[in-house]
Amino acid sequence: MLALETVVVTLVFLFLLFCLRLYVVLKSGAKYKPGSKGSVSVLVAVGSGGHTTEILRLLGSLSSAYSPRYYVLAQTDRMSEDKIHAFESSREQGDSEFSVFRIPRSREVHQSWSSSVLSTVNALCYSVPLVFRLKPDLILCNGPGTCVPLCLVGLLLGVLGLKQVVLVYVESLCRVQSLSLTGRILYPLTHYFFVQWAALRDKYPKAIFLGRIV
Amino acid sequence: MKTVFVTVGTTSFDELIEAIISPAAEQRLENRGYERLVLQVGRGTVFPTSKTCSHITLETFRYKDSIAEDIKNAHLIISHAGAGSCLEALSAGKPLLVVVNDKLMNNHQLELAKQLHSDSHLLYCTCRDHYFTLCTL
Repeated sequence: MLALETVVVTLVFLFLLFCLRLYVVLKSGAKYKPGSKGSVSVLVAVGSGGHTTEILRLLGSLSSAYSPRYYVLAQTDRMSEDKIHAFESSREQGDSEFSVFRIPRSREVHQSWSSSVLSTVNALCYSVPLVFRLKPDLILCNGPGTCVPLCLVGLLLGVLGLKQVVLVYVESLCRVQSLSLTGRILYPLTHYFFVQWAALRDKYPKAIFLGRIV
Repeated sequence: MKTVFVTVGTTSFDELIEAIISPAAEQRLENRGYERLVLQVGRGTVFPTSKTCSHITLETFRYKDSIAEDIKNAHLIISHAGAGSCLEALSAGKPLLVVVNDKLMNNHQLELAKQLHSDSHLLYCTCRDHYFTLCTL
């Protein structure tokens, strides 16, 4: 009996510690300035189709200080890698330090929500070793399901005290009146959350609104 | 040649492709002086060949590395309501008609089409409401 009580108390204690660490990571992340030490490595979560177009437009505005760039794609995405290579070749000479990685897709278009939970957990298992290895300064994402496991692991790195990762989410231009599912999940969990239409800024006070940024 | 460029991005939007090559739509385009129709069909199962349209020169392809040239050469763009496609077309300053695919989950594309329409950047409609052929006017 005593052993069981000890286990339960330990688990509760660990859970509370986890919550406290998570709170600290979320609060301090926005104040953390990785750029002050030099270049900022960026992990870019790449969705497909319009998500790719939007994220590459965003990256086009980033200077060479944001290097190296680690692109993480879904395994079933056939189009984005070509677009990434084209984008990187169009950057200034000497500024193309990048790599491409793949993880299982969290959710396919039209996939049911219930099976999406399982596929997201699967994606999470692949994300852990990848993000732990890369330890990026910043994770940049803009809406596809691929973002969720990557951001969660980024937070985990902070919670475990291994690395402070700044999470930046830019909601798609498509989202005028309502957030995407990914947006709703990540709204409380990111350090910088951008929306591109005023109606969303009014509904989500923590969001940053600078108009269209893609 | 006065050209219409139709794009569906990386999606599949058979209803739009079928509607634009229908005789009624073809007639309307001809009446408006269009001589060339370029279709970017993405993952769609409908792949029209030049035999499908008798009076208008037809080109069809699935994907290109960049559709910037096709956008540049077009006089009218008919697009699905994807943000990437809308941004590319509007950045090039081309007249844009957006057709919303109401089979998508939650139909979030309709939000963007409505907003850009109320900001006077484009016209929009859906395939289902049958006003599609009227919209090509």
